[in-house]
Amino acid sequence: MARRSPLARFYLRIERAIVPVLLLVGWELFSRSGILPRALLPAPSQVLTAWADWVFATDGNTQSYSGHWLMDTAASASRVFSGFALATVLGVGIGMAIGWSRTVEKLIEPVLQVLRPVPPVSWIPLAIIWFGIADKPAIFLVFLGSFFPVLLSTIHGVKTVDRNLLRAGAMTGGTPHKLLRHIVFPAALPSIFSGLRIAIGSAWMLTVTAEMVAVKSGVGYVLWDSYYFLRYDLVIAAMASIGLLGFLSDFAIKRVAAHVLRWQRGSTLQAKEG
Amino acid sequence: MTLITIDHVSRLFEDPKRGTPVKALDDISLNVGRNEFLCLLGPSGCGKSTLLNMIAGFDHPTSGTVSVGGQVVSEPGSDRGFVFQQPTLMPWLTVWENVAFHLTMRGMDRRERREHAQRFIDMVRLTGFENHFPSELSGGMNQRVGIARALLMNPEVILMDEPFGALDEQTKMEMHAELVRIWRESQATIVFVTHGIDESLALGTHVAVMSARPGRIRELLPIDLERPRDATSPRFNDYKRHILQLLRPEAAVAA
Repeated sequence: MARRSPLARFYLRIERAIVPVLLLVGWELFSRSGILPRALLPAPSQVLTAWADWVFATDGNTQSYSGHWLMDTAASASRVFSGFALATVLGVGIGMAIGWSRTVEKLIEPVLQVLRPVPPVSWIPLAIIWFGIADKPAIFLVFLGSFFPVLLSTIHGVKTVDRNLLRAGAMTGGTPHKLLRHIVFPAALPSIFSGLRIAIGSAWMLTVTAEMVAVKSGVGYVLWDSYYFLRYDLVIAAMASIGLLGFLSDFAIKRVAAHVLRWQRGSTLQAKEG
Repeated sequence: MTLITIDHVSRLFEDPKRGTPVKALDDISLNVGRNEFLCLLGPSGCGKSTLLNMIAGFDHPTSGTVSVGGQVVSEPGSDRGFVFQQPTLMPWLTVWENVAFHLTMRGMDRRERREHAQRFIDMVRLTGFENHFPSELSGGMNQRVGIARALLMNPEVILMDEPFGALDEQTKMEMHAELVRIWRESQATIVFVTHGIDESLALGTHVAVMSARPGRIRELLPIDLERPRDATSPRFNDYKRHILQLLRPEAAVAA
């Protein structure tokens, strides 16, 4: 390949940043132009000032939230983590049982199929009645939202295990219990991980929803509360925080998956290139 | 001394579309002696793989019995090593972990498994590839892993279902030589399914020629040729001519 000119190399380096930067600049200019009242569409610079104070308590402009960002995110993240972990354990466990045993499938699946189409947010009233206004209703909703993606992808993973691998396992003297642990589970892992990635997305969505309605802390609560106090800059800062946290947790799962599934050809090659 | 006894075995497959059962194997009786290398030779659809699966315990006769070492076969077990048409390795395990899979099933700890596996990895000449994943190896190398996995169980019988079918001619010839060497070293009994006349004559102490629909044994030929076998020798070609005659469609009709 021919050597690229310095200008071309510079372009390649900034290529991905061009559109986001243009959008931010356009937004800043539009917001300052006065076409809309500035309070309704805060400029990025204003959002950043609010965000900075929320995180580092720079000038106290966010008042009672000043410097509380870490606590707020930790509150949301712990709900996401609890609900997601519960959904992972139960989703993988029940999914393995349904995928492996026709009896379990016949006993449990009808109930799950009836519950599945019920949107998790519609459980909010019952969740509040049952669990009160605290962590629990949020964890419950997160669980509901992430359980089904994990469950379905686990069932799919188990059912599509190569039958010949099981024969090979039986040939080497494996009991059903050992085949489940040493063949079915690892063979289902790629599918399970794709389910986990879908699940973490709905986990964040439902934490924020729950915090807006049923909980008095967390990023979702800050978002909704700021809306009442007409602090749209803080609303946007909260939105951006949620986006960032969602991105980071998905990234973490991707990294774990890349390590656990390193035997797959694609990831093996990537590992060698990287 | 007889090791495998196939006694009046028939196998019907239900055809759900037509409702009439299809006869895949028709009243087959066959004995395999200890330390024999039997090739089951026949066209596709003659039921040779079905017969092999029954010895393995993956499939069951509709009537008749299959026994190995005096025991009637009812399910798969580690006394019968199986080498599949496709390598059928666990893609998430490295070469040595695949070879030692039987020991994992027996609950042996990691260090011991690693030590045991080495001898068989060396035997199939994969030394240096112990920590590779199957996706990083060629088809022929993966097939060797499959053979080592079967050998490690120290089985009474090794059952092989067209294991070299997907390999190129050159690699196949190498594998034949290796397999004969391994068979001699390990003193194993091998039942080898193939549709290649040359392959069966290159390997077997006996060749069972099968006909299709319904699957029957047309003839059990003891092969009296020196090793290494020379595929261009007149006697090799006498055997080949004889088998070709048996496999001809009109011969089947006449019988």
